Amino acid sequence: MTVLAKKREIPGTPVFDSDAARKGYALNKMCYSFNSKANRDEFVRDEAAYCARFGLNAEQTAAIAKRDVPGLVAAGGGVYFLGKLAGGVLGLDMQDVGALQTGLSKAEFQAKLVAAGK
Amino acid sequence: MAKIVGIMNTSHVPAIGGAIHKNLQQDPYWKPFFDGFPPIQGWLDRVKPDIVVSVYNDHGLNFFLDKQPTFAIGAAPEYTSEDEGWGIPTMPSFPGDEDLSWHIRANLVRDEFDIVTCQEMLVDHAFTLPMALLWPHQKWPVKSVPISVNTVLFPLPTARRCYKFGEAIGRAIASFPSDAKVLVIGSGGLSHQLEGERAGFINKAFDLKFMDSMVDDPMWATQFSDLDLVEQTGNEGVELLSWLVARATLPGRVKLVHSNFHIPISNTAAATMLFEPL
Repeated sequence: MTVLAKKREIPGTPVFDSDAARKGYALNKMCYSFNSKANRDEFVRDEAAYCARFGLNAEQTAAIAKRDVPGLVAAGGGVYFLGKLAGGVLGLDMQDVGALQTGLSKAEFQAKLVAAGK
Repeated sequence: MAKIVGIMNTSHVPAIGGAIHKNLQQDPYWKPFFDGFPPIQGWLDRVKPDIVVSVYNDHGLNFFLDKQPTFAIGAAPEYTSEDEGWGIPTMPSFPGDEDLSWHIRANLVRDEFDIVTCQEMLVDHAFTLPMALLWPHQKWPVKSVPISVNTVLFPLPTARRCYKFGEAIGRAIASFPSDAKVLVIGSGGLSHQLEGERAGFINKAFDLKFMDSMVDDPMWATQFSDLDLVEQTGNEGVELLSWLVARATLPGRVKLVHSNFHIPISNTAAATMLFEPL
């Protein structure tokens, strides 16, 4: 039996590593399908059926239904794949996604980005 | 033999594609970024490269997690883009330089880099946007060789490995039997983070130090592990690995031709640097 070293944690920073890739494969595969507009349209027509077709688990399906971005990341979603869901299907830009994860309003999140350049 | 005439490193952000499509180059939000390019376009008019070798990271357009190569090279007569699910406008297709692709590919394998060869390859915004920033008319006067570095699935190739990979690409270009002028592009970074409670993280001090190192101490960043880079530059700031690969194609000192840095574009510290051989 292998004893795994404790993972290095960087606060507030989920890393898309082997564990996340194993956990999130179905979710990420569904999001990858959104490269095609026909698939995006099909998802919009019946979200639950589309999630079921890709074999999403209960945690992932619930996070989709609730538009729960931190929940989708915790369920193994890689941000580049989730970006196709957020941008192409839900109409959110990356400042919306940032605001949803940080508890800030979009304006506050944008102001934080501008302040980083000062 | 072929000669590397320049290295152009730049950030890429999907929203740049939207700004180009809507002609927002002079908009107050976008102007500080787009103003970085006319000096480079003037340089291109003078130097007239024949081939672009572009090092970038695919974001889930050509590669999914079913097959995720650490390093991959395109060897196709033509490369096309898609909307990537983010609604990015597509661009005219990019002619490939198959001879140079196959030459680099063979030399890399002999040089112990087991690169994945792609005779069909979609190119995403990380490849297409630098091209559109260099040639806004989108009538590509160059042939291309796309090279993709995994920054999706950790662990990533180490910064040291990326530097050696770039050196090997540089050696391969220098042994290509042709009088072609080659521009190497590195696309990605600088600091930004899209996910987690630290989303929106930007590290201006690190970015400036990294940009300085590109001029006369290009191995500086090879001291960092992938997670060191995440800590310093954010999850997606690790895309600076593409800058390292590109810069290492001309090891040693280079001449800085032009540089631009602006925070923020979307969630990103946006930087552009052009170098020439001494």
